[in-house]
Amino acid sequence: MIQEKLTLVAQEQLTDNVFEMVLKGQMAHEPVTPGQFVDVKVPDESLLLRRPFGIASVDPNRDEIRLVYRTVGKGTHLLSELPVGIQLDTLGPLGHGFPTAFLKPGQHALIIGGGTGIPPLYELSRQLNQMGVVVTHAIGFGRRDQIFYADEFRALGEVAYATDDGSYGFHGHIGMLLDAQFNDRQFDAVYACGPRGLLMAVDNRYRDHPHAYISMESRMACGMGECAACVVAAKRKEQLLKVCSDGPVFATGKVEI
Amino acid sequence: MSRLEVDLPGLHLKNPIMPASGCFGFGQHYAELYDLNRLGAIIVKAATLEPRKGNPTPRVAETASGALNAIGLQNPGLDAIMTEKLPWLNDRFPELPVIANVAGSTEDEYVAVCRRISTAPNVAAIELNISCPNVAHGGMQFGTDPKMAAELTRACKAVSQVPVYVKLSPNVTDITVIAKAVEAAGADGFSMINTLVGMQIDLKTRKPFLGNRTGGLSGAAIKPVAVRMIDQVRHISALPIIGMGGVSSAEDALELLMAGANAIAVGSANFGDPQACPHIIDALPKAMDQYHIETIKSLSTNL
Repeated sequence: MIQEKLTLVAQEQLTDNVFEMVLKGQMAHEPVTPGQFVDVKVPDESLLLRRPFGIASVDPNRDEIRLVYRTVGKGTHLLSELPVGIQLDTLGPLGHGFPTAFLKPGQHALIIGGGTGIPPLYELSRQLNQMGVVVTHAIGFGRRDQIFYADEFRALGEVAYATDDGSYGFHGHIGMLLDAQFNDRQFDAVYACGPRGLLMAVDNRYRDHPHAYISMESRMACGMGECAACVVAAKRKEQLLKVCSDGPVFATGKVEI
Repeated sequence: MSRLEVDLPGLHLKNPIMPASGCFGFGQHYAELYDLNRLGAIIVKAATLEPRKGNPTPRVAETASGALNAIGLQNPGLDAIMTEKLPWLNDRFPELPVIANVAGSTEDEYVAVCRRISTAPNVAAIELNISCPNVAHGGMQFGTDPKMAAELTRACKAVSQVPVYVKLSPNVTDITVIAKAVEAAGADGFSMINTLVGMQIDLKTRKPFLGNRTGGLSGAAIKPVAVRMIDQVRHISALPIIGMGGVSSAEDALELLMAGANAIAVGSANFGDPQACPHIIDALPKAMDQYHIETIKSLSTNL
């Protein structure tokens, strides 16, 4: 973990309310486990708390980290309006990401994502591809016009889409897509990030899978495991886990979603 | 003598800046970003006799120039703090004075924690937390009743091996009444202010956003309240004050010191900038030059 002023070198609007920013700095040379996040200070004195974003991709050769985020409140709206060249006080990489070291070339992984849970799965898919793992993606959006990173994911493996309104791919949510198309398929690893309903569906479905992981979201303050704002309850024992430092990635069956 | 040095009961501080309780845990992760020896002292997370699970989530909400929090004193309990957390700090930062924040549901619990935690080799003082707004029992209920506050202070003083600073609640009509009561009961100093009780409604659900309904407001938004209350207490007591409430810059620290504080704790500013404390310490000499302040000590009107 380091704290660094990263330079915003590019910002692109991907959909109606989803943006991609490219940040340049030495942080790109920190070892990044896919699923780890950075905590960004919005340059506005009235906004005290940093905003956590999963790392969408990292390119050490170009000193670049990419973040993809949806504008939901004042902080993310301000970020989306920042001009190229501005410096952003950034803390990271933070948290524990998706375990991948157990996978061997030729083995199969399933990546399940929904909405703004999708960005960190892109870096995961990239790293799995580099390891020679065969990756299948099941990706859900509300509507066709909300889809982003379509070409990026297609370049990394098979992609099955679900949309809530049926405007693209399977008509229904991700849990229904998995039931309809993935019941007879076996994977050596399963990874998921997305809204609560998606995580519950994945957690249920792959509860006993030896290598199934979900990435959680929570309101954070310190971002590094000291303030206990972002806790989730462990399922089997009386214990609270911190999403920021024990997670955000947990094995299925481990936490109350 | 250093310009930044401050001496308070039990505490020889090389500078007046310390992280406030709760925002900094026991410092373990912050130590990855900077050398904790740079701090004047460290106020660690509240200790209760038994482990506490805290409140339901969400536990934090952002507000204009501040935040509401309702952690609810989640902590690993006295045993783990005595055998793991405090030794971790002592092994790595043996010269760093630790102020142990003590909380409880009953007087007996406060007394038991004070008795044992004050024997830890690196605990230089106790911050008696009679002002946590986020727990149903204990906490603020002790800090808003002068009689209970005094009785608790007396009982904790009797068993503590180190000076006791009583952390005052701003959620009272007249803070000087409580301050006088705990001073008469033997308090060695005050720390103030704790957070102000607040609430935020989620417009989508039409319900309180925080799992605990209410939370404690901190951040720049409360600094004027802190300044006013430190000034009030300074006028009725000569006891040392560890001032806190919305400090995020050297200028903020000087303002609280001018109001009557003798040292400064930095709370939620650590969330915005995890290196807020060293940044403030670095900026102090220049800010002092600008306002013609020779030493931090010279600002203390009481000692």
